Order: sequence, then C-alpha cells, then structure tokens
Amino acid sequence: MTPRRRYPLVLGVLATVLVAAAGAGLALGSVRIPAGDVLGIVTGSAEPGPYRTIVLDVRLPRVVLGAVTGAGLAVIGTVLQALVRNPLADPFLLGVSSGASAGAVAVIVLGVGAGVATTVALPAAAFAGALAALVLVYGLARRGGSMTGGRLVLAGVAVSYVLSALTSLILVTSAGAEHVQEVLHWTLGGLGGARWDMLALPTTALTLGTLVLIALARPLDLLLVGEEGATVLGLDTGRFRAGVFVLASLLTGILVAYSGAIGFVGLMVPHAARMAVGAAHRTLLPVAALGGAAFLVLADLAARTVAAPQDIPVGVLTALTGGPFFLWMLRGRRAGAEGSPA
Amino acid sequence: MTTLRAESLSYTTPQGRTLLSDITLHAADGETVALVGPNGSGKTTLLRCVYAALRPTGGRVLLDGADLHALPVKARARRIATVPQDADAGGIELTVREIVAMGRSPHHRFWEADTAADDTLVREALARVGIADLAARPFPSLSGGERQRALVARALVQQPDVVVLDEPTNHLDIRYQLEILSLVRELGTVNLLALHDLNLAAYYCDRICVLAGGRIVAAGPPADVLTAELLREVYAVNAEVGVHPVTGAPTVVYLPPARVTATS
Repeated sequence: MTPRRRYPLVLGVLATVLVAAAGAGLALGSVRIPAGDVLGIVTGSAEPGPYRTIVLDVRLPRVVLGAVTGAGLAVIGTVLQALVRNPLADPFLLGVSSGASAGAVAVIVLGVGAGVATTVALPAAAFAGALAALVLVYGLARRGGSMTGGRLVLAGVAVSYVLSALTSLILVTSAGAEHVQEVLHWTLGGLGGARWDMLALPTTALTLGTLVLIALARPLDLLLVGEEGATVLGLDTGRFRAGVFVLASLLTGILVAYSGAIGFVGLMVPHAARMAVGAAHRTLLPVAALGGAAFLVLADLAARTVAAPQDIPVGVLTALTGGPFFLWMLRGRRAGAEGSPA
Repeated sequence: MTTLRAESLSYTTPQGRTLLSDITLHAADGETVALVGPNGSGKTTLLRCVYAALRPTGGRVLLDGADLHALPVKARARRIATVPQDADAGGIELTVREIVAMGRSPHHRFWEADTAADDTLVREALARVGIADLAARPFPSLSGGERQRALVARALVQQPDVVVLDEPTNHLDIRYQLEILSLVRELGTVNLLALHDLNLAAYYCDRICVLAGGRIVAAGPPADVLTAELLREVYAVNAEVGVHPVTGAPTVVYLPPARVTATS
C-alpha cells in the first residue's frame, strides 16, 4: 500500500487510539472509575456526585490539555524539521521550549501583571523566549554558510541547557523552597495544573496554527529540497522561513506557558508519522497532530499512574522514551546524510 | 519569443575572489548554448547567476529585456527551470513523484493542491525520462543517474521558457546522455548548459562558450570554436579535431601528453 492510500486508514486508527486513550485517562488514576460511569458522566446522563467532579473538573481538562499539547508539539516538531532540513529537530532539543519556559518564568517572578494580565503576559513572554532561542540556535548552527545536523543539535542542546538552568536559577533564587515543584514543572513539563479556564488559548492556537501550516504544505515541502532548490521553484525562502519561525515560536510559547517544556514528542511523533504516510506535509501534519495528541495523553496517563499517588512530570516519561529513540535515529542515519547541501 | 542575455556580467565573492568577469552571451528560443571549460573556470557560477541563485556583482541578466533579478521569485520560476548538478534531498525523504510534482509549484498559489492535470503532466514527464516505474520510490534511494533524470522531469513539468542545466549528463549512461540532450533540444526552449564532454557539446549545441578563469575566451558555432589550438591553450591538452563523417559535427580526439602531434 502506498503511503498516500494509507492516509485515511492511519487517520482512522489514530483517532480511535486517541479516543481510547482519552477514555482511559478519564477512568484511571488514584480513583478507578468504571467505564460505564465515565460514559454516563461524559454524555451527561449521570447524577451529580464525586465521580462527576473527578472526571469533568479534574481529569477531562487534563486529558484535553495533554491532547492539545501533544498535537501542538508534534506539529511544531514536524515544521522545525522541515525548516532546518533535519529529522533530529524538536522544539525541546532546539532550545525553543526552554526559551519559552525561561520567558514565562521571568514574567512570573518579575510579577508583570496579575490576574487577567498574566493570561496575556505569560504566553507573550514564552513566545518571545521561544523565538529568541530559535533564532539564536539557527544563527549559531548556520554560522559560516552551510548547516550540518551535528552542529544544529549541539547548538540546540547547549542553548536548551543554558535556558533551563536560567529558568531554575530564577525560580530558586526568587523565593522559598516551595519553588522546587515549579522548577520541575517548567523544565520537565507537566499537565497536573490543568483547569477548564486555561484551555481556550492553547486550543485556539493549536487549531488555527495547524490549519495555517497545513495550508502551507506546499512551501513546507519545498523547504525539503534546500534553499537554492526552493528558490528556483518559486519560493521566497527568506520571507517564508521567517514567517514560519514566528508561527512555530508563537505556538510553542502558548503551549509551554501552560504545560512547561515537554521534550521529545516533537521528535518521535513526526518521525513515526513520516514512516506511516510519507514526508509530504499535507498528509503528514494531520497524522502528526493526531499521533502527538494520542501519545501525550497516554504518556500523561502513565505519568500519574505508574508511581501513584506520585504524579511524575510527564516530561520525565517522554524523555525516557525519547532519549533512546534519538540515539537510535542518530545511529541509523547514513553517513553524509546530514542535511548539508551537496 | 524568448531571449536571454547576459551583459558584462561579473561576480566577486564577499571574500574578494573574482569568479566571473565581463561575461556577455545571448540565446534565443530553440537555441542550445553550451558552457565548456576546465574545472573552476566559472561555469557553475555563471549558471547560478543566470537562474538567480547568485546576484551578480556587476552587469545584468536580461530575460526579454527585463532584469531577471528584479522579477519576483515566483514569476522567475515560471520562466526558468534549473537542473542542478547534484541534487540532495536532505535528511527527509520525499518520493520521486513528489519531487517532480514540485515543478508545478510556481504555477499555483501556495495553498492550492495539485490538480488532475498536474498529475498527468508529472506522469508524462516521468515516462519521457524513462523512470515511470520509480515514481513511488524515495528520491534519496535513487542512483545518481536516476536522480538526474527525475530533475529533468521536474524541469519539464515546470513548463519554462529557459532551461539551465549544470552537467546534466554527469552520472548518466551513454544512452541517457544522448536521450536527455535530445529531449532538451526538442523542448524548443532557450537552453543553457554546462557540459564537460566536448563532443556532446559539438553535436547538440548551436553555440559553445569556452570559459577560462572566469572569462569567455571563445564563443560561436562548434566548428569555429573547437580547434586544437584552443584546446591546448585552455585545457592544456593535445587533441585532434576533425569533422565526423556521419554527424557532420566537429569531433575531438584527445592525444596522450607524450605524443605531441602537429596535425590540426
């Protein structure tokens, strides 16, 4: 079966997995709720009760935030990989997520605005941090003309570390010891704080961002043949790349402002999606989005059940799976296939 | 009617190395012009100036009298197609069909999908260069020659007025060298190509420009340009140039360095 024919099938399977994962996410946890009750509560036929509160006010927003964040990170990873022409790109590995975290934390500590102002200032600062990190890493990796994969990943990891350390430093020095939890949240990511009132912005951003990027599938494909190749095929690469940089940073900033810096989703999911339906973005992006959503909902379910009642930051689990995956990809790469222009 | 002109073109790198100086050449519809010359003589640099990957530091490239570098990127891509010397698909794998279909990009708004007519063009182009059976294969998995043919197919679906080819026969078997050059000639476009093989240049091209050290040292019909004296001067080789009894084109036979001959 060719990848193109496989597309509807893959979408169907992923949608099923996502629904099943969400169902499990609502039923399982410190309190186990029977599937029938969950169904009743979600469809609205159940009587009010403690289960109802747990499912609707605690677990459902967390599942939705997980799905939105996972989808977004996978979409961003896909796009970054096209921008830098390297399948080893990921918002976390390139320092973009850490930049967003640093920006967000700076706003929290400086206390810019309270209440309503925070809901704007936090994502805005996260966006600024993400964009600054991305531009910095890209600039460092490109220095001296061509960009190699090794150089890109090294620059990304270095910038990521510095910004994570900066985030921790700001939080630890700003006040008391209760900030340890916050350090974990911002540097490793976590969906524990999800509430209904924080879902509107990330969900809107994800939906709009993904639709725009799917509409940009053709120029995104063109980026894969390199700067000169894309230009002779009619793409103004400088302008397009700048635009997508901003869009990817904006999306990262908004997601990270709510979930912290969750790594490797944007590395693993696009890679798997590409193996399933090929590299053309019109079909790749929807598959990556659905796959990322299902993956992060499952990872978060594991994060709060494997060591219950401990709630492990979900980024710990994605790193535990993503790190080895990264090494496997590094090992499997053909010599000379480093994304350098030939 | 399309005409391509380069007017006293020069290119100096930001580091101050002059790679091209005072290049003037022209070509019109249906004409195929070859750039020949030793390695490093500036063939690729000249071609890159013509397809606007490089901005010349002096002079202009004119397409139908209009400055090529002033055209919007997309409008230029509708008129000029490029077959680069070595295609690289990066670390991410598109299929051959997807790579070839990219040739339709300049004809669409960026959010538009390809139409059935585009798919037909792509299928025909793949068949024309003899790789229809490779359409679904990942582009990086192809051999050098197959990739080169895929890129020629991409230039075909681009439906340009000018085709710029950098060593299009580099990785090809003899059969495909001949087929690709015949195909390019049949297009009726303005063709500008860098070639290593002087005999192919003599047979397939209307005019030959000989580059050495970034300058044009000779230009004109193959029979006028290809002389033993020029080859000795430019390439530092001894050669015998005759007229082929069948094709009527000049033929070059290279002689080993030791056996200097006076014949011409």
